[in-house]
Amino acid sequence: MRGPHDIGGLEAGPVDTGAHPMTFWEKQIDALNQLMAQKGFRKTDENRRYIEQLGDDAYNTLSYYERWTASLSRVLIEKGVLTQDEIDAKVAEVRARLGQDAA
Amino acid sequence: MQEHTHDHDHDHGHDHDHDHGADETAPHAPPQPDEKIHSYYQVLGLALKELLVEKGVITPDEIRKAIEFRDSITPATGAKIVARAWTDPAYKARLLADGSEAIREFGLDMGGTHLVVVENTPQTHNVIVCTLCSCYPRNVLGLPPSWYKQREYRARVVREPRAVLAEFGTQLPGNVEVRVHDSTADMRYLVLPMQPKGTEGKSAEQLEALISRDSMIGVALPSAG
Repeated sequence: MRGPHDIGGLEAGPVDTGAHPMTFWEKQIDALNQLMAQKGFRKTDENRRYIEQLGDDAYNTLSYYERWTASLSRVLIEKGVLTQDEIDAKVAEVRARLGQDAA
Repeated sequence: MQEHTHDHDHDHGHDHDHDHGADETAPHAPPQPDEKIHSYYQVLGLALKELLVEKGVITPDEIRKAIEFRDSITPATGAKIVARAWTDPAYKARLLADGSEAIREFGLDMGGTHLVVVENTPQTHNVIVCTLCSCYPRNVLGLPPSWYKQREYRARVVREPRAVLAEFGTQLPGNVEVRVHDSTADMRYLVLPMQPKGTEGKSAEQLEALISRDSMIGVALPSAG
């Protein structure tokens, strides 16, 4: 069975060839991933394993760097760098700072 | 499993006083003026960054430098390599024999992955993709364009490369074989385009201007100048 990432050869629509410059948020996520790799907390294959385990819905609805973020959070928990509780508390704090209601 | 969803209500009209980490902003990488942090995963990304800094795993300075390093590698970097190969047959031979080693002459490093350079000829045109993800010669060309990471390109270029190339405005003669190379986490490809006719005798610096990112991915041809 194909995972959601395994799309080579499938039918799909026209390619959006337009330039979509990366946002600063995306650059930060890319940088975090680079740094975590350099420091030995994350390997490319671990990143891919979690991305490929996201499931069809998440894989197909999240943006590229949202998928990377989801994966990075799982890797950091797995490696004992962060805990889910710490992440949940910090997400609530950031969200409050942004003026967002809690989910 | 991740229990959070990203479909909760967002107040898109709200003018967030959000934190871009402006003190870390590189001068050449300003946040987009319309950049808003909305989704759960965008908030999660900021939360991970802040936690890692608070715990001393990384510093804001390291983040800034990592962004600057990424921004420092652009398609112009790859164009220098291609122009050198066009003007220096011995370098071209080294590049085709061992891409990872040959780019060291430009101070570049594949970071543990292999670079395979595939040469376009009058008989063969090469195109690169990563169907499973987004593997790309980022240490030679910078970060991949948006379309390289999207479903449409990844799904279709291995099935109907000529149709995909046409969407980039690229038409190849029918007798040219199109080879599509599917990258992996460990092996990245770079297309060595053919030097356009009529550009013989130009300097490497003059040639660099003709070599686009897309021509090194294989979805376009170099400009004839």
